Amino acid sequence: MCLAIPGKILELVSEERRTALIDVVGVRRQVDLGLLQDDMPGPGDWVLIHVGFALSKISEQDAIDQMQMLTMLGEQDAAMEEVRGYGLNQAEEKDAP
Amino acid sequence: MRYVDEFRDPGLITRTAEEIRRLADPSRHYRIMEVCGGHTHAIYRFGLKDVLPSNIELVHGPGCPVCVLPMGRIDDGLSIAEDPGVIFAAFGDMMRVPGTHGSPLEHKAKGRDIRIVYSPSDALKLAAKNPDKHVMFFAIGFETTAPSTALTLMRAKADGIRNFSVFCNHVTIIPAIRAILDSPDMRIDAFIGPGHVSTVIGCRPYEWIAKNERKPIVVSGFEPLDILQGIVMLLRQLRDGAAKVENQYKRVVPWEGNRGALKAMAAVFQLRPYFEWRGMGFISQSALRIGDNFAEWDAEQRFHIPGVRVTDPKAAQCGEVLKGVLKPVQCKLFGKECTPERPVGALMVSSEGSCAAYFNYEHRKTAQLTSLGAPV
Repeated sequence: MCLAIPGKILELVSEERRTALIDVVGVRRQVDLGLLQDDMPGPGDWVLIHVGFALSKISEQDAIDQMQMLTMLGEQDAAMEEVRGYGLNQAEEKDAP
Repeated sequence: MRYVDEFRDPGLITRTAEEIRRLADPSRHYRIMEVCGGHTHAIYRFGLKDVLPSNIELVHGPGCPVCVLPMGRIDDGLSIAEDPGVIFAAFGDMMRVPGTHGSPLEHKAKGRDIRIVYSPSDALKLAAKNPDKHVMFFAIGFETTAPSTALTLMRAKADGIRNFSVFCNHVTIIPAIRAILDSPDMRIDAFIGPGHVSTVIGCRPYEWIAKNERKPIVVSGFEPLDILQGIVMLLRQLRDGAAKVENQYKRVVPWEGNRGALKAMAAVFQLRPYFEWRGMGFISQSALRIGDNFAEWDAEQRFHIPGVRVTDPKAAQCGEVLKGVLKPVQCKLFGKECTPERPVGALMVSSEGSCAAYFNYEHRKTAQLTSLGAPV
């Protein structure tokens, strides 16, 4: 559970509550950006996500590498299950086609 | 080499492995501990042991949060779930971890309201949606996870959600490393430092290991090349008689860590004077409790907790494996009574537990080869 999941910020949902809509390989969920308050990312930025919270900003290449690594570790399904589960397993937004 | 071949730039991996062979002094035996369970998983999955010379031994450390939790804490958490007004929420990793009277999943089968959440903030949402119930979030994890719990508690307080509490089992990595170094049956030459924990705490907290214990530590990423490069950096330090903290995972880990996350932890948590770790006993200042300013959301203050100490099943040797004294396969129950399908100890439950990693990648491979009549 210590392996973080890369995602791309699509839009800020609430500035006050520091939540953003992110995309992880087509699955879209809200994550919390509250832990990055000193260096807030914006739409288009990539972040590493852990238990529904963005932990750090990363480059697009690092995001691709991280997802490839999760796949190689056989953890991609578990990672996607985690992302799908954010928001109590109810898709708050429509996933990308 | 197995999985390494499939990974990008196998040429660079081969060159790095050659560099390791050049640096490793054949007259020495190196014991290098990877602290983090994520590294343990990667080392087995990618077959990295196969690319290392035989005098480099990788010792698996205590960095799997599910594995280090003593059974008594699971029992304590589940005792709260006995109350029909309580929803027990925890990460999926916890669900199959055995307590004295069964795992959370088995308690669910007995009718307790036990739910998987993927984020502490979802446990808080569950409370907001179920105002007639009390939602208790069973929090586990090192510094990677603790800030998310902290922020969730800050939100609960700000939003006045009072039917929510956290049973806090967050632990801290540095005292665990210190306990390993203090243990008389352990001899470790160097450490591969955890990747994502260090995103939060940064590299500075490891400096005492280098300075006072004269042990090199390299914070590394999780890709095969990251781990091998980390080993190269450690071997160079050992060759030069150096002992310092280096950061191989600069692309993700800032030297100073994540200040926002550290601030959130400081606002919500206090250090416990001591905390019990599975197999390692009580380690001073090694865990977090919820601070008095959040007492209303602290399950340990809201509920009566039995707080009974429970010893692990006698035959299981989880403690020795956790400390790196025994290899998983040296435990009497390994692969017999204790398998990932029917775990006796927590190290067989989580994919980051060294027993599960060893079973899934080494034991199964050996069993397959043996059944094919191949020499192994």
